[in-house]
Amino acid sequence: MIVADKKPVEEIIEFVKDNKKILILGCNECVTVCEAGGKKEVGVLASTLRMYFLNQGKEAKIDEITLERQCDHEYLEEIRDVADEYDAIVSLACGVGVQFMAEKYHSVPIYPGVNTCFLGATEERGLWTERCQACGNCMLGITGGICPVSRCAKRILNGPCGGSSKGKCEINKDLDCAWQLIIDRLKALDRLDDYEKICPIKDWSTDRAGGPRKVVREDVQI
Amino acid sequence: MRLTYPTSIKIVLVPCTGKVDVIHILRAFEKGADGVCVIGCMEGECHFKSGNFRARKHVEQAQKILETIGIGGGRAQMYNLSAGDGPLFAEYAQDIHDKIMELGPNPIKLKKHKAA
Ligand code: SF4
Ligand code: SF4
Repeated sequence: MIVADKKPVEEIIEFVKDNKKILILGCNECVTVCEAGGKKEVGVLASTLRMYFLNQGKEAKIDEITLERQCDHEYLEEIRDVADEYDAIVSLACGVGVQFMAEKYHSVPIYPGVNTCFLGATEERGLWTERCQACGNCMLGITGGICPVSRCAKRILNGPCGGSSKGKCEINKDLDCAWQLIIDRLKALDRLDDYEKICPIKDWSTDRAGGPRKVVREDVQI
Repeated sequence: MRLTYPTSIKIVLVPCTGKVDVIHILRAFEKGADGVCVIGCMEGECHFKSGNFRARKHVEQAQKILETIGIGGGRAQMYNLSAGDGPLFAEYAQDIHDKIMELGPNPIKLKKHKAA
């Protein structure tokens, strides 16, 4: 899923401090799971802003809506009739949702209410770690299911580098060396022969190096 | 025991302090409470294992928010006591009462009144 973190409330206040009608818009998907932008967080931010404005002696109407998703036309359409009523919308969706909102509703400024961080997994409640950088050409099949692109600090494809020590990466002793994990995993799978094969130069044109990307699937287009 | 505690305190019963979320604390302030005090079981004695630890985190989050927006983080407090310890409950109730008296009324309540 997409992992996001809360934006400091001071930053959000700075965006909206001069507005009078504000919508806090949550998203029911990834940001709900990582507890940054779901219904609960919408409620907390809305309450915080209401108290902030009252304490400033200002009057402001703060509404709360949480959509099923903000990265899909059909769900964003649900606020079509109300979006224009606001002076500002704070979207607690990931950067995709915020942008999709901004593309769809032109008359209202849309502000991000979270910091979108990475594609990752919930290791335990309150701990999310990166797993994928959407390189567009997945190589997990040859690396024992461990991604060197997102989990090796140097993104090297024939690792480890000389900095790998006691299973940890040289940039941080708390960080597992991705290549150590790959070797351990291939060993456990009795596939160390795969490790011996030199991985050819990766085609990074499917990654960000090729500019903004798109996926076109004519087979499912109508 | 017939112990007394300040009449300023309104008790809200919850099944476990773990049920008290940040939003509940914030809403109380939004509605004009001068302070919120969450009293949970002793640490390590939660029937649901970690409810009181979770409550403490929620109180801390609320304190941070209240501090940031100028209401005062000290208005939210967390205490732990055993359910059978009436005298300590009365003591904590007095303690939160005194703390709030020192801080004065919830500033947004005053501003709300002024606006009305
Ligand atoms: S190889 Fe690429 S697509 Fe596969 S997990 Fe890593 S970054 Fe993601
Ligand atoms: S120590 Fe391991 S994870 Fe860190 S940069 Fe080197 S190969 Fe990559």
